[in-house]
Amino acid sequence: MAQGNNSIKKVLIVAFSLCIVCSVIVSTAAVALRPAQQLNQELDRKTNILNVARLYEPGMDVEEAFREQITARVVELETGEYADQFDPDTFDGFEAARDPATGRTLSGDRDIAGLSRVENFATVYLIGDPDSPEQIVLPIRGQGLWGRMMGFLAVEGDGNTVVSITYYDHAETPGLGGEVNNPRWQAQWEGKEIYDEEGNLSPALHLTKGGASNEHEVDALSGATLTSNGVTNMIHFWFSEEAFGPYLAKFRSGTEPEDAEDNDTDFDDVEGA
Amino acid sequence: MADVNAKSVLTAPIFKNNPIALQILGICSALAVTTSMSVSLVMTLAVIFVTAFSNLFVSLIRNHIPSSIRIIVQMTIIASLVIVVDQILKAYAYEMSKQLSVFVGLIITNCIVMGRAEGFAMTNSPGMSFLDGIGNGLGYGFVLMVVGFFRELLGAGSVFGFTVLPTVQNGGWYVPNGLLLLPPSAFFIIGLLIWAIRSFNPEQVEDNEFKMKHNTKPKEAV
Repeated sequence: MAQGNNSIKKVLIVAFSLCIVCSVIVSTAAVALRPAQQLNQELDRKTNILNVARLYEPGMDVEEAFREQITARVVELETGEYADQFDPDTFDGFEAARDPATGRTLSGDRDIAGLSRVENFATVYLIGDPDSPEQIVLPIRGQGLWGRMMGFLAVEGDGNTVVSITYYDHAETPGLGGEVNNPRWQAQWEGKEIYDEEGNLSPALHLTKGGASNEHEVDALSGATLTSNGVTNMIHFWFSEEAFGPYLAKFRSGTEPEDAEDNDTDFDDVEGA
Repeated sequence: MADVNAKSVLTAPIFKNNPIALQILGICSALAVTTSMSVSLVMTLAVIFVTAFSNLFVSLIRNHIPSSIRIIVQMTIIASLVIVVDQILKAYAYEMSKQLSVFVGLIITNCIVMGRAEGFAMTNSPGMSFLDGIGNGLGYGFVLMVVGFFRELLGAGSVFGFTVLPTVQNGGWYVPNGLLLLPPSAFFIIGLLIWAIRSFNPEQVEDNEFKMKHNTKPKEAV
């Protein structure tokens, strides 16, 4: 190594030019690849929505299936009405939660899912006819064992019967908590009911150890008690009056959420008993 | 390293001078990413890419690196390469990058990359350094694939995602060993592997650094 290498001038020149070269390389890669990355994320989200609605088949054209069968709407959680001031294609619930105008802080015992902040509006995906959907796909998230779990839960048009659940982003232990994405475990959710007959807004559905015995129970994941608790808490939060409770109540009672165009609802006037 | 030729630089790190088994470097990531073989494979490719190119670039500018800031210069080069790899994976292998998550970023802290840049590339020509990077990446990958094979086979009953032993959860007969899905199991497998390699190559066995004495007799203790 040359003697002159350790002069202050040389040190500064090397450090400075190295930083310039490296930052150009890194930013070029980041900018050039961003469109492909966003496309992947979008595709992944849509695949998950189709998957949870049991419409996904390997090799299908996800974009086209999504466009034909699914309508996205933004719902105001407190009232359960559709909010048309947001564009469902660009609305991001996670961003909205952080914005004081569209989110609120959850405190203490109300924050059962460990979210700390929650949005006031959320995107829902309606399968089939948007006015009387066959299925509704709802985004859910909450703390698992190792971190936040993000997923979707699909319910039937009655606003109560579960179709399926899936998690598209989680950090649970593979083989234990990671089994949330095992199709055999997910299959058990089909036909389960979120709310009991009393007609209130507190969800009855939960995970249980030692075998599910009724339509409000799902087998817990073996060896993953904390992940299972996380899933239960998530269900309890997102289907309570804090979140999708009021919205789904409209489907259960047969009154359509407003802003959805009037139509012939064939439901009888079912009041909670 | 006076006598460097291309073949030995490329192949020696696989068995003779394996970075994990002999140099005991890069154990941490070997514990984390070996739950399935496909993930191990992608991790291997990423590490080969990063080690090879960081060696190449460090070697190219080795005569201009002031020794007082050489470590940070190496780190900067390695970190830039790792970010590029991460971006490429996110763009073209999205599923894989989701599974690898934070561990791609942690290649930066993989001692193998840094160790080869400091130990080889700083004193050798760019071409040799590049081959040395590939060789060490392959050596790392070899251990990863072996560990991944046993962990996935015994922990999940599959190899590369194809079911070999149908598990009880999926209606088969094999009761998977949950321990093998957790990081500590990789310690056992790596330990056994080092034992096996050193049995074939006894010259790798290190001399004892000190000799254990017999237990102290009671009267010596007082």
